[in-house]
Amino acid sequence: MNNWKNFSKGLIKDNPVFVLFLGLCPVLGVTTSAINGLGMGLATTFVLTMSSVIVSLIKNFIPDKVRIPCFIVVIATFVTVVELVMKGYLPDLYKALGLFIPLIVVNCIVLGRAEAFASKNNLFAYVLDGLGMGLGFALALTILGTVREVLGSGSIFGMKFISGDGILVFVLAPGAFLALGYLIVIMNLVKKKLS
Amino acid sequence: MEYIIIIISAVFVSNIVLSQFLGICPFMGVSNKVQTAVGMTGAVTFVMVIATIVTYLLMQYVLIPLGIDFARTITFILVIAFLVQLVEIVLKKVSPPLYQALGIFLPLITTNCTVLGVAVLVGQKDFNLLEGVVFAIGNALGFGLALITFAGIREQLELMNIPKAMRGIPIAFIVAGILALAFMGFAGIV
Repeated sequence: MNNWKNFSKGLIKDNPVFVLFLGLCPVLGVTTSAINGLGMGLATTFVLTMSSVIVSLIKNFIPDKVRIPCFIVVIATFVTVVELVMKGYLPDLYKALGLFIPLIVVNCIVLGRAEAFASKNNLFAYVLDGLGMGLGFALALTILGTVREVLGSGSIFGMKFISGDGILVFVLAPGAFLALGYLIVIMNLVKKKLS
Repeated sequence: MEYIIIIISAVFVSNIVLSQFLGICPFMGVSNKVQTAVGMTGAVTFVMVIATIVTYLLMQYVLIPLGIDFARTITFILVIAFLVQLVEIVLKKVSPPLYQALGIFLPLITTNCTVLGVAVLVGQKDFNLLEGVVFAIGNALGFGLALITFAGIREQLELMNIPKAMRGIPIAFIVAGILALAFMGFAGIV
């Protein structure tokens, strides 16, 4: 039960994007379509989960003073893995995400989780928490990507359902801010109704 | 002339915050007051220029000759984290007033993606060292322009009567969207 809680709180109750407002740069930058959002979300989930495993294994051996640089090295290693794998197997997605792949290193969710959990909790709970947070992030990115793609180019996951263009501004920069702003408003209203 | 074009396009046309989406966290986090926005801009400019020079030299004279340019991300982030610490220590010794002004913002800069982002972009755009430095200054100015304008608007926003569900972050995003729309007007001038 407790494990389930650790896992699920990242999905909705403590969603990193809609509730905690963490890691917002890729959220706005890559969500021009649902598939890009999903790809970025899964890449971040991978980095988050794998670095959780390694950090919880090595945290007892590294002195407290140098812990942040050590965490950063671990995180950067997995980011490089993602970068190379994506470049090799998914070149289109790699091009679409561009600069935001190396920037996973400075995503505050990843380092924040490492900091928050490093001093306590056991490995299993920590990894579950990382996985939950990552999937919550992926969920948020996919939702925002879908909304922007539907409004902006009239398609879902690349399948077009209207002829001609959509409301172009939603795939451009301002649309990212507007769409995310209104999605958070909707989240707030839903939360108020529920409580 | 070339350098002026680099600066204008970095500040207005492809503004680092409003059209490239870098540095959104400080953009939302420290934009409550104009004064803190100015302090943050100063700290970012400082670190960004130094980081660009150091990472450029490292990339050209160490990583590429050794054939380990895949280690770019790790190297860059470590260099930036190290530089931030160094700048903090040096400022504390050399110029206490400047340290007082920028001090609290410096630790935040390690995880500010603008610095790493600009360092990576300089490499991708094949700039030489001088162009890279000009690009870094332009982006820092662009960051400052967006941050300070936004802080000014948010100070006014405090006095407005906004629906409850929109208060705080949501309205900030919507305002940022409108600001980004305004900046789209600069598209095409370079």
